[in-house]
Amino acid sequence: MAGKTLYDKLWDDHLVKQRDDGSALIYIDRHLLHEVTSPQAFEGLRLAGRKPWRIDANIATPDHNVPTTDRERGVEGIVDPVSRIQVETLDRNCDEFGILEFKIKDQRQGIVHVIGPEQGATLPGMSIVCGDSHTSTHGAFGCLAHGIGTSEVEHVLATQCLVQQKMKNMLVKVDGKLGAGVTGKDVVLAIIGKIGTAGGTGYAIEFGGEAIHDLSMEARMTICNMAIEAGARVGMVSVDDTTIDYVRGRPFAPSEEQWDAAVEYWRTLHSDADAVFDKVVELDGSEIQPQVSWGTSPEMVVGVEGNVPDPDREEDPIKREGIVRALKYMGLQPNMKISDIKLDRVFIGSCTNSRIEDLREAAKVVKGRKVSPTLKQAMVVPGSGLVKAQAEQEGLDKIFIEAGLEWRDPGCSMCLAMNADKLGQGEHCASTSNRNFEGRQGFGGRTHLVSPAMAAAAAINGHFVDVRDMMN
Amino acid sequence: MRALQQHKGIVAPMDRSNVDTDMIIPKQFLKSIKRTGFGPNLFDELRYLDEGKPDQDCANRPLNPDFLLNQPRYRNASVLLARRNFGCGSSREHAPWALDDFGFRVIIAPSFADIFYNNCFKNGLLPIVLSEEVVEKLFQETYANEGYQLDVDLEAKRVTTPSGESFDFEVDDFRRHCLLNGLDDIGVTLEDAEQIRAYEEQRRETAPWLFNAGR
Repeated sequence: MAGKTLYDKLWDDHLVKQRDDGSALIYIDRHLLHEVTSPQAFEGLRLAGRKPWRIDANIATPDHNVPTTDRERGVEGIVDPVSRIQVETLDRNCDEFGILEFKIKDQRQGIVHVIGPEQGATLPGMSIVCGDSHTSTHGAFGCLAHGIGTSEVEHVLATQCLVQQKMKNMLVKVDGKLGAGVTGKDVVLAIIGKIGTAGGTGYAIEFGGEAIHDLSMEARMTICNMAIEAGARVGMVSVDDTTIDYVRGRPFAPSEEQWDAAVEYWRTLHSDADAVFDKVVELDGSEIQPQVSWGTSPEMVVGVEGNVPDPDREEDPIKREGIVRALKYMGLQPNMKISDIKLDRVFIGSCTNSRIEDLREAAKVVKGRKVSPTLKQAMVVPGSGLVKAQAEQEGLDKIFIEAGLEWRDPGCSMCLAMNADKLGQGEHCASTSNRNFEGRQGFGGRTHLVSPAMAAAAAINGHFVDVRDMMN
Repeated sequence: MRALQQHKGIVAPMDRSNVDTDMIIPKQFLKSIKRTGFGPNLFDELRYLDEGKPDQDCANRPLNPDFLLNQPRYRNASVLLARRNFGCGSSREHAPWALDDFGFRVIIAPSFADIFYNNCFKNGLLPIVLSEEVVEKLFQETYANEGYQLDVDLEAKRVTTPSGESFDFEVDDFRRHCLLNGLDDIGVTLEDAEQIRAYEEQRRETAPWLFNAGR
């Protein structure tokens, strides 16, 4: 019999019951909640007279709606009354049901996918869900982690389980060494460019290979975060020393007495040498350039040295139509150079790229330089209160402010513009976020997905440049 | 949950691939703490010429005349015909809520994003996967015939056109069973409460660190 993949092992370890109809009950170790996708779930519990199954499996924080300025005013500082009600509703629900919540004024508040790992509430081998598609982020720790809808949020609250069908296994193997200036973000954008936005639909993706295991946990989180942008609900990296070192000593991590047993188990969280994948995709890491998205789907991406595509060269009629539509929305011409795209705003933040390493990379590029006067705004939004504190301790805030970038308070911010941070109509933004869909960052806004280093380089120049030319 | 066994309705052709959930229901409407009332904002950025705001009366907003749901022939549609990778992007269940609130009961496409597909079944909506060729044929027939309707039978797993041509589709047994009977699947899961508790106890012994409170 063939060995097991990492996904097979995680599935088997969380299987409560295999039903005859092919569905299965899967136990959920950790449930993360935020204000947008939970109110209707709590309401459903109340209407049915149900209680949460295991209160201590849940951790909540407001992130999507929170303002990134004026935070000392707490909930009162949320100007939009509809947003404020949503955050207050989360507070009230967590208080009523006794769920641990890092509220808006708590230093541990932040983007839900940043604070889980930061607190050690994300541990290798866990099953983790949240009413947010970027829950795949936590797979970087060798977890079975994925996004769910609000009905499933209610289901997990009530039963600590989900009804699931097993997915297929895909291995995305990135071998070779990444070049200087090439980051986890560039790797994942290159992968999505190769397999397409639906390439991973129905699969759990394991990211493996030398280039992946050379990366930090922050970079692995960036890669797993965007598995959903390739259509895969689940993205994973197997456990190694980097994983274990990251977890050690965090608030929810195993105690001294539990540590050795935990590590012994975690060491088994990798695909067996003879495991069989349903699909294998290989990339050469040394060939990956810094990436820039030009269109309205994350698969519409190209190396910074490249050009905007010409729809006349696309043979698939549905794809051709998609390119024409995207170029119209983005206000770009076929064949123009990526470096000729002029920018209005720069956003460094989101659950994809707002961790300390991301901020360090961006700061390195802008240090001693000034933001281009042609930009309307360049902002840095740290992923959590603790990331912000760490950055300030390292003096990164001063580097950003001196260069002319705004230094904000933590939240999802302009990644999806549910708070006050958004693009104006027709504005181009170099953004370290995860989606370049029409209107995502504001009505009529035009998003270009890039790494923090590339966003920083774009901020200095007012248009895209190859960050590798600015290094040293 | 509302059950669905059979449905016959007018087809609206959404002729673009990768329709994402931001397009189905833009983020400003996600601030609602209710499950209902999203219908007027379904496809808001495509449907209206101005920028939509939450809690706004949509009756007087300028309509985009080119958008399909603004065309009289599709206004009462309840079957949405779409292209590949429909529903990609965020996990927001507001997307199926908005489709449902507008009046859609069935969505047909060559492929769906996983989370969206799953969310539909929790809300009495039936997503049907048919081949690229069949979907193309249905697009052509919809365009050619005003008032074109499809007849969907979930029990038989079959879609039938007005000319009597039919296409079988696949759907897994559990989801089909729940939708046919309008079952609340939390109730179904809680029938296994004892097994869940037993699993939990065993995990508490073998992996106690999974149950730690923060320090």
